Amino acid sequence: MKYGVSTDIGAIPDELFQFAQRDMATCGNKLGAKPAGYFMDAWLRFKKNRASVAAAAIIAAIVLFGVFAPLASHYKISDADGIYAKVRPYNPLFAGLGIGFWDGTCKKVLNDKYQIYLAGIGMGAEDKDGQAASWAAGTASPWCPIASEGEEYLKEGGRYRNSRVDTYKLVGFKYLTVTMDEYESIKAWEARTGRSVLYPMVDTSGPWCDPYNADDANFWYRHAPNGMPVDEKGRKMDLETVMRGGLVDNYVRDKSGSVVYCLPRDKSMVQIRALYCNYYIYRHGYGPHHLFGADAQGYDILVRLACGVRLSLLLSLCVSLINLTIGAAYGAIEGYYGGAVDLIMERIADILGGIPFIIVATLFQLHMVNTGRVSTLTGLLLAFVLTGWISTAYTVRTQFYRFKNQEYVLAARTLGAGDLRLICRHIFPNAIGTIITTSVLVIPGVIFTESTLSYLGIVNFNGATQTSIGAMLSNGQGYLATDPHIILFPSAVISLLMISFNLFGNGLRDAFNPTLRGADE
Amino acid sequence: MYMLKYVLKRIGLLFLSFFVIMTICFVLVKLLQPELPMLGQQAKAELARREALGYNKPILEQYAIYLRNIITRWDWGTSWKIDYLCDVRKVIADRLTPTLILNAYSILISIPVGILLGVIAALRKNKPADHIISTLIMLFVSVPSYVYAFIVQYLLGFRLNLFPVMLSSLYDAGGSWFSPAMIKSMALPVLALSFGTVADLARYVRAELTEALTSEYMLLARAKGLTKTRATLSHALINAMVPVLPMIISLFLGILGGSMIIERIFAVNGIGSLYIKSIELLDYDVFIAASMFYTFISLSSSILVDLSYGFLDPRIRMGAK
Repeated sequence: MKYGVSTDIGAIPDELFQFAQRDMATCGNKLGAKPAGYFMDAWLRFKKNRASVAAAAIIAAIVLFGVFAPLASHYKISDADGIYAKVRPYNPLFAGLGIGFWDGTCKKVLNDKYQIYLAGIGMGAEDKDGQAASWAAGTASPWCPIASEGEEYLKEGGRYRNSRVDTYKLVGFKYLTVTMDEYESIKAWEARTGRSVLYPMVDTSGPWCDPYNADDANFWYRHAPNGMPVDEKGRKMDLETVMRGGLVDNYVRDKSGSVVYCLPRDKSMVQIRALYCNYYIYRHGYGPHHLFGADAQGYDILVRLACGVRLSLLLSLCVSLINLTIGAAYGAIEGYYGGAVDLIMERIADILGGIPFIIVATLFQLHMVNTGRVSTLTGLLLAFVLTGWISTAYTVRTQFYRFKNQEYVLAARTLGAGDLRLICRHIFPNAIGTIITTSVLVIPGVIFTESTLSYLGIVNFNGATQTSIGAMLSNGQGYLATDPHIILFPSAVISLLMISFNLFGNGLRDAFNPTLRGADE
Repeated sequence: MYMLKYVLKRIGLLFLSFFVIMTICFVLVKLLQPELPMLGQQAKAELARREALGYNKPILEQYAIYLRNIITRWDWGTSWKIDYLCDVRKVIADRLTPTLILNAYSILISIPVGILLGVIAALRKNKPADHIISTLIMLFVSVPSYVYAFIVQYLLGFRLNLFPVMLSSLYDAGGSWFSPAMIKSMALPVLALSFGTVADLARYVRAELTEALTSEYMLLARAKGLTKTRATLSHALINAMVPVLPMIISLFLGILGGSMIIERIFAVNGIGSLYIKSIELLDYDVFIAASMFYTFISLSSSILVDLSYGFLDPRIRMGAK
């Protein structure tokens, strides 16, 4: 401001002027800043949209889950253990906290009889040698299914408590039939690891066992036909008596009075009474823990869900790529040649597009899949491919109409470029942004439609070796009231997937739209 | 003139598509071989029935007869599996009622709520109210309808025990579609159907109204001295409604199609479950008729939506180059 606002150049003293470029070459310099190409520019703008970046991260996480979860898990997709059907989600992080969240427990209303039955599992597990275990030892036992006891209340003359029960330990004991060799190997394993599998056999044919309960290995104590425990003289015991004096066992004893651990079944097989959880560890080498729980057939939900995610992603990726190719080619030919070619091709697309997708999918399933010609997945893929390309073709066609009469195309044609070169090199790149966006936005649509069709049972993905999210939802729907966890995880994952893909697609659309360049600054 | 030509062209195309799709459906379905009883009196009777119904004639001849019956007598055939010996027209009409009523309730609730939310979000753009509504819209547009059907069914039905979890049958509800018991049992499916529609509508209204509010005629209206409320109500809102109304029309047509998945979750004996049952049991005539019903709905709704633009907004001229 020293020299004021004078615009009179003549008034500026000469010594203030300098030669600007005395030592610098004025030409031949490279530009300092990197030029931002189309994709670079899109990426720069995509990065600014935080929701889309987060969505992309979630999608990446779900993809990783789908790819790696089945590899990392103990369970295979075909592993079904009916004994652990419908067990609750169990996360080792929350297991010991007793907060009733993600620790394999569920709420159960216990009456006196059921309370004794459950505590009995713990007492039985503490009573390896038939020496009888006290109530306190039983409920403190790590095998006792009662995780936390609820407040007692009276209703209609009965005492009840809303306790939390561990669904894994609820299995308790099981009668198993094994070979003599396996019996010996279990014994050796017991000695080696210090875990108890074999427990005293129960006299199921005697007067103290109700024939109705003969198959239930958890009724190791003497009980009346209604399931209430009785003492040595056959008098019924109530909860207080049991808590004071414990239960009276109903074990098979040999002549010397000691318990037996197996009963011969036939020439080579024996029947044993095993603490099933330890038996499971003996068989598999790991404990029965399902991070997302197990469904009604005893499949591990985590692995099945990961396989469902895999299937959805694989299908939608294939559909997206194939439709992209067909749609781009079709739209390019339509748009470039115009006229009669356009008219006819447009009518074909109109008619194909008019068929509701559900009918296409149904007919493909009935004709190709049910007759065994192709697999379920291929059948569904074909159905998607039949009509899915129409929207891509339409987008490409519009782009071609916009650009094919521009001067630069005319210039290229004058220079001798052929049709193919004009289409591929000169006009098509204009449509790339829109094509990428539509192909990404196709993916959530395909995932949604696939899950809907498999939910409705039109497409059948139910099986030991394959499953889809829709099939899992359909199987779990009947257990919504009692075992909501079966439906919770598939619903959560598909919702997350849909939300993320929509956010991601919107971000891409904005990023690839050059008219928005600089609009957000 | 443009308009008439355009309408005629579209209707002609509709019939062409309809005919082609029907032919494909008919031929493909008839090509399927159902399992027939192999032995005894039943097999004889079944084979005789198939012979008498003309199932052994060439498929194209069967198709000609089928078409003739439809054109001359509007006879869409007979159901053999779902409702034994019942006219297909009656089967569809019976199943249409619950679908129609449920979806009508849902639309009646969704339209005002959706428009209201959209207007609020647009007027309070980039304020907390808008952020909340926009997030909810994003959530409800993306999450599949069956997921919130499960949530609604679990929370309101099983846990809080407020409403029946399934639609009660006509008999249980006292023989009327409008008895209190029936309306109460309709609450959950209607709610589940409405979430998505509300979100769709609100998103659309928000986008259109935002654009209208920032347009130049609004500036002019304000410059003329109109209050903000007045300008918004009589200029922006009306212009924003032009693209929204066709959407409402397509919603009304969507009523007829209904939602198969909601019908399955809430055990509604509607047109969606009819379609699925007809596939499972391979009831030819019902399957074709239900398929054509869906096709007709989707074809005609696209025409009506396109035409309504022309009628509502004089600036849009249909078929003009």
